[in-house]
Amino acid sequence: MNIKEVVKRKELFTGGHRACAGCGAAIVARQVLMAAGPDTVVASATGCLEVVSTIFPYTAWNVPFIHSAFENAAATISGVEALYRSWARQKKYDKKVNFIAFGGDGGTYDIGLQALSGAMERGHNILYVCYNNEAYMNTGVQRSSATPIGADTTTAPVGKVQKGKAQYRKDLTAIMVAHGIPYAAQAVVGNWRDLTNKVEKALSIEGPKFINVFQPCRLGWSYKPELTCEMGRLAVDTCAWPLYEVTNGQYKVTRPKEKKPIAEWLKLQGRFAHLFRPENKALLDQIQAETDKAWEELLRKENIASQAAAPAQPKSI
Amino acid sequence: MAKGNIVARTGNEAMAEAMRQINPDVVAAYPITPATEIVQIFASYVADGLVSTEFVPVESEHSAMSACIGSSAAGGRTMTGTSSQGLALMAEMLYIAAGLRLPIVLAVVNRALSSPINIHCDHSDTMMVRDSGWIQIFSENSQEAYDNMIQAVKIAEKAAIPVIVTTDGFIISHGMERIEILDDADVKNFVGEYKPKDYLLKLEEPITAGALDLTDYYFEHKRQQIEGFKASKAVILDVAKEFAVIAGRSYGLFEKYRLDDAEIALVAMGSTAGTTKVVVDELRQKGLKAGLLKPRVFRPFPKEEILEALKKLKAIAVMDRSDSMNGHEGPLCAEIKAAFYDIGVNKPVLNYIYGLGGREIRPEDIALVFSELSEVAGGKEKPKVSYLGVRE
Repeated sequence: MNIKEVVKRKELFTGGHRACAGCGAAIVARQVLMAAGPDTVVASATGCLEVVSTIFPYTAWNVPFIHSAFENAAATISGVEALYRSWARQKKYDKKVNFIAFGGDGGTYDIGLQALSGAMERGHNILYVCYNNEAYMNTGVQRSSATPIGADTTTAPVGKVQKGKAQYRKDLTAIMVAHGIPYAAQAVVGNWRDLTNKVEKALSIEGPKFINVFQPCRLGWSYKPELTCEMGRLAVDTCAWPLYEVTNGQYKVTRPKEKKPIAEWLKLQGRFAHLFRPENKALLDQIQAETDKAWEELLRKENIASQAAAPAQPKSI
Repeated sequence: MAKGNIVARTGNEAMAEAMRQINPDVVAAYPITPATEIVQIFASYVADGLVSTEFVPVESEHSAMSACIGSSAAGGRTMTGTSSQGLALMAEMLYIAAGLRLPIVLAVVNRALSSPINIHCDHSDTMMVRDSGWIQIFSENSQEAYDNMIQAVKIAEKAAIPVIVTTDGFIISHGMERIEILDDADVKNFVGEYKPKDYLLKLEEPITAGALDLTDYYFEHKRQQIEGFKASKAVILDVAKEFAVIAGRSYGLFEKYRLDDAEIALVAMGSTAGTTKVVVDELRQKGLKAGLLKPRVFRPFPKEEILEALKKLKAIAVMDRSDSMNGHEGPLCAEIKAAFYDIGVNKPVLNYIYGLGGREIRPEDIALVFSELSEVAGGKEKPKVSYLGVRE
């Protein structure tokens, strides 16, 4: 995708929505649709993106859009795609259409995980995009299963005896890979070329696809709003959020030019401020060690997958 | 009048048969006793290529209704079926389907709600969602279940309101009966093609469905929904008239059985109405002026019409196959009593809670109710609410 060509395209997610200054979710929606083009139907889970973009009588969506509830974006888009299949079989409809669902980490990792798993297993021709800002931002920064260890949230706050969230985040991208879907990837706000390439690639593949887009949230992470893209890039450089894709079981990892210490990313965010107190040094070291371990593990998977024959995804009949 | 084919069908088979003839674009469903067979049979129609439906075997009832909402909003004729806990799990999405004005048709095989867990018939599941904005049509037997399903499609699409058609779990769903099935072509012509104005797959005119309404618009949108719901009574009657032309069977908002000259009567929904008819006939032979009012359309509640039909009676017994847990009476009874207040009538109305969890309701139980009603009509006092057929 070429930037000169991209800017000439029609805006399918317009400005004028009510997202915060520096909101990463709006960037995700805009760039995903930029890559997808106009023949796209979008379903969204309840959450920041839906709330800021569809306040009646206004809408930021220049493509058909449906929101029904919080936990069911994957099921809702399944129904839209099922009708498309039905009409195609009945020869009532012959356009090619992209079906994309958006959900935050709340609507995807947690309350919507069942619907997501079901839709992926059934093999709908859909792309599910998680805009992952690592907590329930729409309701005021509560912990989710995507929240990293040590982060300060309103339901796992830093207190006199607790140091923020006590558990590690769950690896949803790995869970999606385990569904044997033909394409799963991690992307980030701050690398538009990588994200749009991944969306284009995903939409060129028949079957269920999943992209987990790491989305800095200036409100919930507490950093300066102009730093959103920088925060995303730094997450990649510190391996807090590795960029990779898994195509039919084949891993491809995008390596940072120079792997930086995780503290460089953590220290810019209010949610991790307490980690830099002397008494929390052990936790900070633990986070670095776990980040390194996860990164090594990812590289190991890439290495194994490139040696072994990729398991073929059985095509639905 | 078209001549139908006489066949033997259970309620579930009859509903699945209606769905085959309707041939919806999408069915998204999850199995649950006693509704399972409806989707199983329908899945076999899909497997045999007898329908052009896309069948989505979802992972839960919540996703079933969510997928139905996606399909219906996308512009497709959409149906599903469930019972009990499945309906409870769908409840969130039922309100959303109604608010989005999506004409989805849902077959509900009535079953008790947990806890305790129980797979048999009562009406507590549909009563739980009685205020969800869905039209609710009850069926007395397999024939009505079949006829109601076909009418439901047309009602839903004309009124832009989703419709629930019920049968009584096991009693109707698994009971084999003689029914008359219409010709495929007649059903196809009757339901016609669904042509929505705005839909998601109309890419050239993108819509935003399910927008966020705040204090400035929510009330107006709900007001429109309420008005549409009231107006659906006329749509139901219009569709019934059209249906009578092809089927030769007439339907209203409720059925009156030997009611016009009755002095005492029961109000009963579903299969119990059939049992009651037998008892009414027996009592009539004995010279007792007994009758029955069988609500077919519970939502919208046909208040004025029911009042008109009941107002001359000396005493009424309202049969509720669920309890409201409101601490005083069942849901159907509450509706009827509230309606009487509006016309300033203070009539003896007894409420009988019966058949919970599939507890059998026998002709002798109904006869007992009539005998108590006779006493009340004669001036005797009886408890306002009784629990029929339970060990106290």
